[in-house]
Amino acid sequence: MASTDTTAKDGTDLAGLEAGLDALDAVTTTRTPLRETLLRKVLPPITAVALVLAVWQILVWLEVAPSYKLPSPGAVWEEVRTAWLQGTLLDYIWTSVSRGLLGFLFALAIGTPLGLIVARVRFVRAAIGPILSGLQSLPSVAWVPPAVIWLGLNDSMMFAVILLGAVPSIANGLVAGIDQIPPLFLRAGRTLGATGLKGARHIVMPAALPGYLAGLKQGWAFSWRSLMAAEIIASSPDLGVGLGQLLENGRNNASMSQVFLAILLILLVGIAIDLLIFSPLERRVLRSRGLLARS
Amino acid sequence: MATALAKAVDTDTSVEHAARIEHVSKSFAGPAGQQLVLDDISLDVAPGEFVTLLGASGCGKSTLLNLVAGLDRPSAGSISTDGRPALMFQEHALFPWLTAGKNIELALKLRGVPKAERRGRAEELLELVRLHGAYGKRVHELSGGMRQRVALARALAQDSKLLLMDEPFAALDAITRDVLHDELTRIWRETGLSVLFVTHNVREAVRLAQRVVLLSSRPGRIAREWTVGIAHPRRIEDSAVAELSVEITEELRGEIRRHGQH
Repeated sequence: MASTDTTAKDGTDLAGLEAGLDALDAVTTTRTPLRETLLRKVLPPITAVALVLAVWQILVWLEVAPSYKLPSPGAVWEEVRTAWLQGTLLDYIWTSVSRGLLGFLFALAIGTPLGLIVARVRFVRAAIGPILSGLQSLPSVAWVPPAVIWLGLNDSMMFAVILLGAVPSIANGLVAGIDQIPPLFLRAGRTLGATGLKGARHIVMPAALPGYLAGLKQGWAFSWRSLMAAEIIASSPDLGVGLGQLLENGRNNASMSQVFLAILLILLVGIAIDLLIFSPLERRVLRSRGLLARS
Repeated sequence: MATALAKAVDTDTSVEHAARIEHVSKSFAGPAGQQLVLDDISLDVAPGEFVTLLGASGCGKSTLLNLVAGLDRPSAGSISTDGRPALMFQEHALFPWLTAGKNIELALKLRGVPKAERRGRAEELLELVRLHGAYGKRVHELSGGMRQRVALARALAQDSKLLLMDEPFAALDAITRDVLHDELTRIWRETGLSVLFVTHNVREAVRLAQRVVLLSSRPGRIAREWTVGIAHPRRIEDSAVAELSVEITEELRGEIRRHGQH
């Protein structure tokens, strides 16, 4: 009887001790308030853009170059307004963005299993790993001439060029992510019974997610660049007017403000996709794992 | 067919032991040819028994645990366990992409517990390690001691008859370790698990175990065994624990000293 009393008393003591230790040791995380985010993250880039515009305008006023070479910010803005009023602005953007995103999704569907196989199967890795890394440094614009010859001037040619640019990045990102998985996670997974496909789904893929996301981000950048190269080089009336064609048309019409407009839009789309899709995704993943360093 | 065969070799449910290690040797390819790490180890763990494996570094105690866990194969001899054992590491090995609760649920899912039962079972296990509020917590939000308790809960979720522990408290501070000793003893007595616990800490070994097995180093052989008759509840500062620890430490030092003599 006495021993049960001791055990019960010990139990409460222990629970209290443990609660105290937990409270002392636990890590609390807080999020930065919105005002501070605006001040630290939004204000600096706006200032930078304003400065660039100011310098641009001053250069125009000083007439360092004739206006057919250097249009004024006002002239480019007028170009934006006209395209908007004609309703063609969003068409240009959508033609390219839809192509780019669709191509990127294809690249994702091919690059992911490819990366998984390269990372996990030694023979495949030895066979095509170096080629895959090498392809990353090959500018995908080099694929445009053969793609035109093989596939003709159509959308499939565009997609082929996007795939050749983006698949190596995505696959390599996943390979790097998998290589960086601490072996302990794999051992822990195996003792829990996660082997084979279950292991890939529950352990390998989630553990490799940060590296994979970095690969996706780079893959998107490569998709977008490849697409613009393809659109500029291979313009044809059948293809519709995307941002690349807009730029090429501007050059042909000797309209520098249209060229500037096209460059600006290409840049903005690239930034917007990164800012709206990849950065939040990456931050979410890193924050949930406690990997986001805060200063 | 292949899986059925593997089952017949690895697990044997008909016999009265949680783990049976018979004449197990293990060698690895080293710079000077094959290096023998474990030499003819035979050890039984009875159902519900708490055994600690004690040894200096290089005695192959972690290697032996990996063999029992089925993460590696012995070079000679055989190992049979009653079902697949659970394994706990020195690092918590919790998956940072899952919450504490979901880590436990993954273990449940992988052994086929239906989805509807997982949440409740995970909450029960967290309750068992006294972390009822921690279900939705991320791993990085937990202290070292809490992480090891979640890891213990996850190991228990495997519902194995044998729990293998590889220096699970070595990285914790003394106070937390002491608390976790109490916790582990309580849970072991409540659940009737068999535990094979590896450590280099003599007092920890005596504090926890019913039986302490001392391994010699390079190659690892069973040097001596002690049955610990000290009644529970024990404390690490108990004089009986200290007394036996002194005796075992002497023996362990003797084993280590042998290596300096040639």
